[in-house]
Amino acid sequence: MSSAAAQSATGTSTEAQRFDPSIAHLTHVPRRHYGRWIASLLILIAFIYVAKAFAEGQIDWKVVGQFFTAQSILDGLVNTIIMTFCAMALGIALGVLFAIMVMSPNPVLKGVAVFYIWFFRGTPLLLQLLIWFNLALVFPRVGIPGLFEARMVDVMTPFVATLLGLGINQGAYTAEVVRSGILSVDAGQTEAAKSIGMTRLTTLRRIILPQAMRVIIPPVGNEVISMVKLTSIASVIGYAEVLRNAQTIYYANARVIELLIVAAAWYLMIVTVLSVGQHFLERYFAKGQSRRRARPAARPATES
Amino acid sequence: MIPIVVAADVRKTFGSVQALDGVSIEIPAGQVLCIVGPSGSGKSTLLRCINQLERIDSGAIWVDGELIGYRRVGNKLYELTDSEIARQRLASGMVFQRFNLFQHMTALENIIEGPVTVQRRRRNEVVDEAMALLERVGLEAKRDAYPSELSGGQQQRVAIARALAMKPKLMLFDEPTSALDPELVGEVLAVMRDLASSGMTMIVVTHELGFAREVANEVVFMDRGAIVERGSPQEVLVHPQQQRTRDFIAAVLA
Repeated sequence: MSSAAAQSATGTSTEAQRFDPSIAHLTHVPRRHYGRWIASLLILIAFIYVAKAFAEGQIDWKVVGQFFTAQSILDGLVNTIIMTFCAMALGIALGVLFAIMVMSPNPVLKGVAVFYIWFFRGTPLLLQLLIWFNLALVFPRVGIPGLFEARMVDVMTPFVATLLGLGINQGAYTAEVVRSGILSVDAGQTEAAKSIGMTRLTTLRRIILPQAMRVIIPPVGNEVISMVKLTSIASVIGYAEVLRNAQTIYYANARVIELLIVAAAWYLMIVTVLSVGQHFLERYFAKGQSRRRARPAARPATES
Repeated sequence: MIPIVVAADVRKTFGSVQALDGVSIEIPAGQVLCIVGPSGSGKSTLLRCINQLERIDSGAIWVDGELIGYRRVGNKLYELTDSEIARQRLASGMVFQRFNLFQHMTALENIIEGPVTVQRRRRNEVVDEAMALLERVGLEAKRDAYPSELSGGQQQRVAIARALAMKPKLMLFDEPTSALDPELVGEVLAVMRDLASSGMTMIVVTHELGFAREVANEVVFMDRGAIVERGSPQEVLVHPQQQRTRDFIAAVLA
């Protein structure tokens, strides 16, 4: 059809012209992408405009450099990293626990887990953080009668409130990730495990979770990166992480944008490092999927 | 002979489907029993009930002299706990249609997993036994291969070795060659033949009528959740008494 159209357009209609082998030596010219050039140009102009605004604006770049490695900022950075690690560890532990509970045949466990996921996914994180921090208004004292007791305001420090807030909230999301990971493992694996006498928990630990990992790891890596930035929300209850410490400084010296740039640069740096780590982690588990990973030819089967 | 499996009036429904409709059977120890029948006849369900992968709705099953799944107190049968059922399952080994090897473990790791994790036996001695089993199924060279690196026939032979590693009293085979390419069926049947000649009690749900005729001591024909006919391979497969059995065999051989 198209050759017929071409023929009528050019007015040549001999068979020899239609299948002319002599054109085989002609140079191939790739398609031109003019749209990309125009788009790039527009983006470049916009970028130059923003860069110019920052360069000419009320920003003292010397202040940015000066506070970049200030002790208070570095302390905040350490606190951000510690909180990310602790909250994520708590979140993963709770996530696995509640995923198992949600899938349990026990209606009580299942009900508790469904409620947990519903509640902590259904309310804003900031609100949860404020509730934990102000828990003393509901429970003035905490402890086991006769064993130990303390005032809630002493126990619920900004660190504890942030850890509970972020970790428990994260657990509700991670539970769903873990659940989908468990569901991705073929039901035949469970039957085979049962047939060699494994109990439900042993089956989960030895057979299901190790195989669910390759589905679980990539999204959890993603959540770790989110968590780095989520820790900044703890600044509202006075946990001394990077953003909070940057704020404390600019309340004193009024260099608002300079210190926000400092904080932003540090977040970007942590996240960049983690993104590289996530890339390698995903590649490792993608390899596991095809099970063609290189391994020593005659590995002694004494380690598990 | 002492029966190793006894089923009494076993019933099981899936939704509105009556999978087992009052099955009663005694299976002597040391026998190879083949169960044949059309799909949906309940033969796999019976096997899975013996291994407690399915719970029966009513009736009773004894394996190796022990009532399974329940404890009798007075006139009632009380359901056993998860771990008691897990212990009872050790009496039988199961081989699945889809092999179900643990995908994240090598052939050797698949075989030693049960003895080491469940029976808490010493790893070194289990590895020696597992290597002997791999040799028996002709796969000692594949000890470090993952399931995805093995053919279907090789996977099924590893699965048989995995079940044998638990030293079960009887072996249950649920259509062990149905998921295999035709040229791989022979190697699995050869392993099963070898196992039968060693005196292992075997219950085999199969469509391989040739295998049943050659190896089975007895053949059971099931249809619509009930046992229609039972007897020697000659009686059931060559000279069936029931019309339903005749129809089935004619359809399979056609």
